[in-house]
Amino acid sequence: MALDLSYNKYADVTLDEKERLFDEVKADLRYHHALYGCYECGICVAACPSARFYDFSPRVIAQAAAREDADLIYTLMNDSVWDCSQCFSCDRCPRHNSPGMLITIMREVAVNNGLQTARKALEGYGRIIYKIMSTGTQVSPDMLQPNAFPDWGGHVHEISENLDIWRRALPPETLHTTETGWAVDDKTIIELYLIWHMTGVMNMIEEIDSGLHMILVDVMEEKLEEAGYDLSF
Amino acid sequence: MIHLPVISAKDREFHLPDEPPTEDHHEALEELEREGEIIIQRIPEPYIEVQTKFGRTKKIPVQKTWHHKSCGQCGHIPGYSTSIFWLNRQLGLDYLDPKDQTSCTAWNYYASATSNPAAQAAVAIRNFAAAFETGYFPIIHCGTSFGHYKEVRQSLIHYPELRKQVRDIMAKLGKKLVIPEEIVHYSEWVYALRDRIAERQVVDMSHITATVHPACHYHKLIEEDAIYTPEIYGAQRTAVITGVLQKLGINVADYSTWFDCCGFGFRHILVSRDFSRSFAVQRKIEVMMEEAHPDLTVTHDTGCVTTLDQSQFAGKAHGKKVGLPVLADSQVAALAMGAHPYKVLQMHWHNTDNKPFLEKLGLDPEQKWREFEEAVAKLKDGSKKYLTWEDTD
Repeated sequence: MALDLSYNKYADVTLDEKERLFDEVKADLRYHHALYGCYECGICVAACPSARFYDFSPRVIAQAAAREDADLIYTLMNDSVWDCSQCFSCDRCPRHNSPGMLITIMREVAVNNGLQTARKALEGYGRIIYKIMSTGTQVSPDMLQPNAFPDWGGHVHEISENLDIWRRALPPETLHTTETGWAVDDKTIIELYLIWHMTGVMNMIEEIDSGLHMILVDVMEEKLEEAGYDLSF
Repeated sequence: MIHLPVISAKDREFHLPDEPPTEDHHEALEELEREGEIIIQRIPEPYIEVQTKFGRTKKIPVQKTWHHKSCGQCGHIPGYSTSIFWLNRQLGLDYLDPKDQTSCTAWNYYASATSNPAAQAAVAIRNFAAAFETGYFPIIHCGTSFGHYKEVRQSLIHYPELRKQVRDIMAKLGKKLVIPEEIVHYSEWVYALRDRIAERQVVDMSHITATVHPACHYHKLIEEDAIYTPEIYGAQRTAVITGVLQKLGINVADYSTWFDCCGFGFRHILVSRDFSRSFAVQRKIEVMMEEAHPDLTVTHDTGCVTTLDQSQFAGKAHGKKVGLPVLADSQVAALAMGAHPYKVLQMHWHNTDNKPFLEKLGLDPEQKWREFEEAVAKLKDGSKKYLTWEDTD
């Protein structure tokens, strides 16, 4: 689908609001190491995998940021940033820009502010966030279910059928798990939960998916209370 | 029509600049340690020195390694990490496979942005501190963890406010702000030990042709901290993987889209796989097969093995030129040293048919599978609860 970059596409959002969000982007401590200007050379686009399959351009993002075009940045924050592959091929920029990093920051601002397009981009992704935040490992063997990966063919069915026995056939002791990638100590998980709370990540989740936030709080509170933490920090 | 001179990759050479164009993280870390801001965990001896992109020296620890495992490897392609451990055991090297380790959480961060620099740095430093407490040195299995941790290191060097925030968090966890002297990817360890691996090679691979896919987060993120040598593509491309395969006698064949990513995309592989499938098949696998006619392709990261391998099923359904086995360098090195293709490499977790490749090596995949099934039968009848390293001998 062609990307519509026409001026004031999101006319229902005030310029003040768009500028507020762009100010949040610029306030990120990494921003000034991600943007030094733009030669318009297009090397980032030539290297970009997403540019080959989507109407997507890291150059447009670097240009919009360099021109401080808050209106265009808002459009890109909604309609473009989620197409990025985050491979950082664009880091070969001769001006030492990192459009990929700009996009990381823009996505973060979109999530922090609960933009509807960010919610939509993350539809179906909640189970992954739940897994990583609650267990400390991102993908687990029991995610290999045929209904989740129909395009990976019959071997996914074979793995799910044999999951328990094939996991127990792995020589490393830490890999006998099915619900996590490896066995993680309880103490380690507690420390991870404390990090999520102390760094504001729980607030981000509440902004983007209140249902998921409630589930995570339930899971974490139980373990944290057992370990003697009251979450009052 | 204008005919431009065509120079093949093997004829090009990277000339080192007089001064590296990027800062030296070693010096920056030393200064921070002198100021009492951080603790550096130093590389244990013995180590092997290699050269990075702009000519700096990087130390690779031989043993006393703390294995920072990968979610995707352990979860979905467990023979990848099993092969790394098997290599350590076969070479008689001391290592630790810890439970006091979380994911770097960077896959989720690059996919969903549901985190922030402080959380990402705190997760990294918690893992580094956990390694430091054991006396073993962290070695990173995942390319994304490796790249992301280098980003975290750079942020901690440059942003005092972030250092303070992370130090305060670590204090609440009873930990120190520890940064390793080097952030080491396992494929750098395999590369550094390639001579020892080749000395123990028992499977001839001299008739095998392979393509190499270097992982984006290995050689593009903080590019100056990846290994290069003039002997490999004139230092135009990273030396890891290729250096190992060549040492094992494998013919490494070039292809035009080597710089392209695999199509993983972080969020795409989980919730938007039409992109991942299309990119992996059309920009990587088909190009490799048409230009290089390889027996397999070898890479060194979780997402790359997953995407390049799993995407071929749909490609086949669309009549695309696919059918190329995908392995990690650790698996190829282990196979060369005689590791069992199912008990160690766990090739049954891979998707693309790899039996013709095993047969070309002179191995009988049916017989090997029967051996695996016989071992698994002991788990099924309850006579054993787990297979162990002794079962892989």
